[in-house]
Amino acid sequence: MAAVLVLISLGLITVYFRESHEGPLHTAQRLGVSVLMPLEVAGERVARPFRDGWGYVADLFDAKSENADLREQVDDLRHRVIQQETAAEENGRLKELLAYVEGPTFPDDYDAVTASVIARPPSPFRQEIVVAAGSGDGVGMNDPVVTDDGLVGLVIDVWKGGSKVRLITDQESAVSAVVSGSQAAGVVRQGATQNSLVLDRVGKDELVNENALVITAGWQTLKFESLYPRGIQIGSVKSVGQQDVDLYKRIQLAPLVDFDSLASVIVLVSKPGASKTATAKSRKP
Amino acid sequence: MTGIDAVKAGAVLLLAALVQVSIAGWIEVGEGRPDVVLVLLVSIALLRGPLFGAVAGFWAGLVLDVAAVDTFGLTSLLLTVAGYWAGRFGDVTTRSSAHPPLIAAALATVGVACGSAVLHFMLGESIAGGEFFVGVLLPGVALNMLLAYPLYGLTRRLFPPPARAARGEVSPVV
Repeated sequence: MAAVLVLISLGLITVYFRESHEGPLHTAQRLGVSVLMPLEVAGERVARPFRDGWGYVADLFDAKSENADLREQVDDLRHRVIQQETAAEENGRLKELLAYVEGPTFPDDYDAVTASVIARPPSPFRQEIVVAAGSGDGVGMNDPVVTDDGLVGLVIDVWKGGSKVRLITDQESAVSAVVSGSQAAGVVRQGATQNSLVLDRVGKDELVNENALVITAGWQTLKFESLYPRGIQIGSVKSVGQQDVDLYKRIQLAPLVDFDSLASVIVLVSKPGASKTATAKSRKP
Repeated sequence: MTGIDAVKAGAVLLLAALVQVSIAGWIEVGEGRPDVVLVLLVSIALLRGPLFGAVAGFWAGLVLDVAAVDTFGLTSLLLTVAGYWAGRFGDVTTRSSAHPPLIAAALATVGVACGSAVLHFMLGESIAGGEFFVGVLLPGVALNMLLAYPLYGLTRRLFPPPARAARGEVSPVV
């Protein structure tokens, strides 16, 4: 009997991997999760005060050192805001003068659908979460997901009442990115440990400074378009290194999003009028 | 295996899977998390034997795979084996070992974690070895051992052990 169940499990894994997203097992799973979803949402609501309490206590330990760091950051950012407001004003005027045409911009060309996170990654091997907003709320496949802090991931499966989001810390995720304030562009991937990121494929001749902000590149070609709009914050450069035998720089990033305490996220749904150069299926990360 | 036991085990494991996904999955020490479903399954299997444990594990795995939208069959494969093994462990050691739930929960956690690592590696997903052993496995074993006695006690109330005669044992002659 146990051997039969093991064989059935192996059969399920094989079929699940071989079939498409519309296959019978995926459909059955979506049906099952639709049935369980209200219970999961209820459980999440019951657990939220306790989670918040746990998070509050845990955060207290870091609060003092974080406070000093944040005060320094506030001073620095205050200066930058003044500079950037002037630059943005000038940029807008120049764009008008040049009749500049640009692709979809973040956040203007997107509607935000806020959703609570109802399931965490099921194992350390796969960084995926389940959120309580689905096709019924306008969420579609490959929609980018963010928080106030920065980029979270991408919708990889969707059903009426929910959707599955692959985090950018998953080993299958890759995000084209640029270092803000420089020409260095590369691909953000999972780092050596969970919840760590690296910026890969940055040439050794590029100049990258520590603490520089890394944002989504949002590139477009004639046929393809990045799944992520330009300008979403991903992380800051933690360390930069290079060796003679390496082709590219070794850049470690500190993600801006705290993936361990994701309680709610924002799914970015393209507004109907926003320009898209390619269909979702033909787009690359 | 009685029908009532099967229904009770199904309901308890369904509830445990929802607790695991909604609550226990958020409690992290290092990268390790408590596994309520596994500890409950081990407790049930210790009390009801390998066949019951295997079927219960298969069911719990399916529910977890659906609730967490994970690869269908992966968790059920791991928990089927874990349930069967825990049942066998119970048959062999319950009467000779002083702490069967604690030992079974620890060994099952190690087995499931290593099995999960192997399966995910075969599916092209992996994490660093050091992080797996230190960050995931050790805290996971510790947390599951903490859960072992309370959950075993609860399970023992729901699934009282059969009388000695029913197990085919002879009462000691005084």
